[in-house]
Amino acid sequence: MDQIGPAAIGAALRERVEDFLAEIAFALDDDRLEDWPGFFTEDAAYRIVPRDGYEAGRPIGILLCEGRGMMQDRVLALRTANIFEPHSYCHLLGRPRIARAADGALTVRSSFVLYRTMQGGGTEVFAAGKYVDRIVERDGALLLAGRDVVVESRRVDILVVLPI
Amino acid sequence: MSVALAPEVSLRWPAAGVTRVPFRVFSDPAIHALEQQRIFRGPLWHFLCLEIDIPNPGDWRLGTIGETPIVVTRDAHGTIHAMVNRCAHKGALVCLQERGNAEALTCVYHSWTYDLAGQCQSVAFRHGLRGKGGMPEDFDPAQHRLEPVRTTTFCGLVFGTFSDATPDIETFLGPGAAGVIRRNLSRPHKLLGMHSQIIHNNWKLYAENVRDSYHATLLHTFYTTFKINRLDMDGGMILSDDGRHSLSYAKRAQLRESAEYANVHSAQYESGLHGPHLLDAFTEFDDGITHMIQTVFPTLTIQHTLNSLAVRFFTPRGIDQTELFWMYLGYADDDAERTAMRVRQANLTGAAGLVSLEDGCINEFVQRGTRGSEDREAFLEMGGRDVASSDGSRATETAIRGFWQNYRGLMGW
Ligand code: FES
Ligand SMILES: [Fe+2]
Repeated sequence: MDQIGPAAIGAALRERVEDFLAEIAFALDDDRLEDWPGFFTEDAAYRIVPRDGYEAGRPIGILLCEGRGMMQDRVLALRTANIFEPHSYCHLLGRPRIARAADGALTVRSSFVLYRTMQGGGTEVFAAGKYVDRIVERDGALLLAGRDVVVESRRVDILVVLPI
Repeated sequence: MSVALAPEVSLRWPAAGVTRVPFRVFSDPAIHALEQQRIFRGPLWHFLCLEIDIPNPGDWRLGTIGETPIVVTRDAHGTIHAMVNRCAHKGALVCLQERGNAEALTCVYHSWTYDLAGQCQSVAFRHGLRGKGGMPEDFDPAQHRLEPVRTTTFCGLVFGTFSDATPDIETFLGPGAAGVIRRNLSRPHKLLGMHSQIIHNNWKLYAENVRDSYHATLLHTFYTTFKINRLDMDGGMILSDDGRHSLSYAKRAQLRESAEYANVHSAQYESGLHGPHLLDAFTEFDDGITHMIQTVFPTLTIQHTLNSLAVRFFTPRGIDQTELFWMYLGYADDDAERTAMRVRQANLTGAAGLVSLEDGCINEFVQRGTRGSEDREAFLEMGGRDVASSDGSRATETAIRGFWQNYRGLMGW
């Protein structure tokens, strides 16, 4: 459904999108989780789904937030209710492919690798996959109107509590 | 029998019986090896897969019984078979992909070919090449097959057993557990999604955890932190006569946000376009039960909590790792709204479950906490010292004691 292919996305817009994606990752890596829902539109869906289920079109993956409210609930829950061994994230992002959909939104695919470091010191690859994003512009700012985090593996090590 | 003979393990169970568990059972490799024989090749039905995983003739998918790799097939007549996924030639895995469809199973190593019931049909170069080589004259493919596993199905669940002594599935389950499975799974169902978790603990710690109704509101504080009042009118823990299988249930549990949470909640959702509500549920059954966690000995769990229907299965991956599979189901005739509710409520459980994600790490904390204390034991006296159903209270460890009672019997301790 892309009306305009990657070539037609100007360098300036590409740079804005790349900076925007990097800022989201930095917020997660820097433990500024309270800022994370602010990267989304009010009604955006955020999902973490394994690749096989994503490709099979199955509606349940690993995690779902329907709207910013549920994202805020997630952050509040992990800050106050959920019990888990402390850990931190380091995301590495690949160069995105950017196209414009018929409705004007940007459809953006980018690869990521996510390292997780547990408090005991072990650093391991926790997830690898792609972000499939819809990005819109509101009041001059870019926002995610939807993000599917498609993880290569359907097998999670221990648990997922911090957003990816 | 091709059962690997694990050496006997001399273990004296503490005199206090099922109220004590020696920590050694979670970390001793000799015990792990003996379990493969006594539990996983013992007289029990082990969950293999869902029937909807292999709907068509020729479908196959991988499973596991203990550490043993299994392949489950559906043949041209629709009959389900299960075999050890180990080539009769030199022992390679025959099926590599997690699922597939084929008329026959061919090992990639030397192309031995098996029918969907596991019988060897042909071997490559049986008569050699250009008259040279080949198998000895008396070689007979009919004498070779994939090691068979007895199978049975019940309400769409496929089970397998190595033992000829395993009774039929309804006898194994008993009328109570069979009735609960019928309630939840006798209607046609469909897979809404699945994922798995590696948890860093012995499989029996998860078997305990899922039978542990004592910890629910203590470890999992999502509901209480968000000041959601949980008004359980009635609930309890029902055990099968032999104490193997359990059902933890709550009737007419009402999940309502308290005033405080409603304020927070509405502030967060009001401006949303869809205003999704995590705990909205529709009534599915007229028995009044809104939450149930059923365990089927040794490694199967079925949950129906609010409208979230899921089959959980866990299997050892070495002595101190366990893979826990979450298969989320809906009924075939669910409309879009019901599906949306099940999808939403899947957030409460699983590897990222708001209510239960702690179970991904808590058993590892026991595995790590008991290191170096193999001669010590756990203390399990909440709700008494017996193995019996507990009406009216779920602050009990009775189902865990029931697990150990059966485990000890099978292990010969
Ligand atoms: S190991 Fe399978 S054909 Fe040789
Ligand atoms: Fe739990």
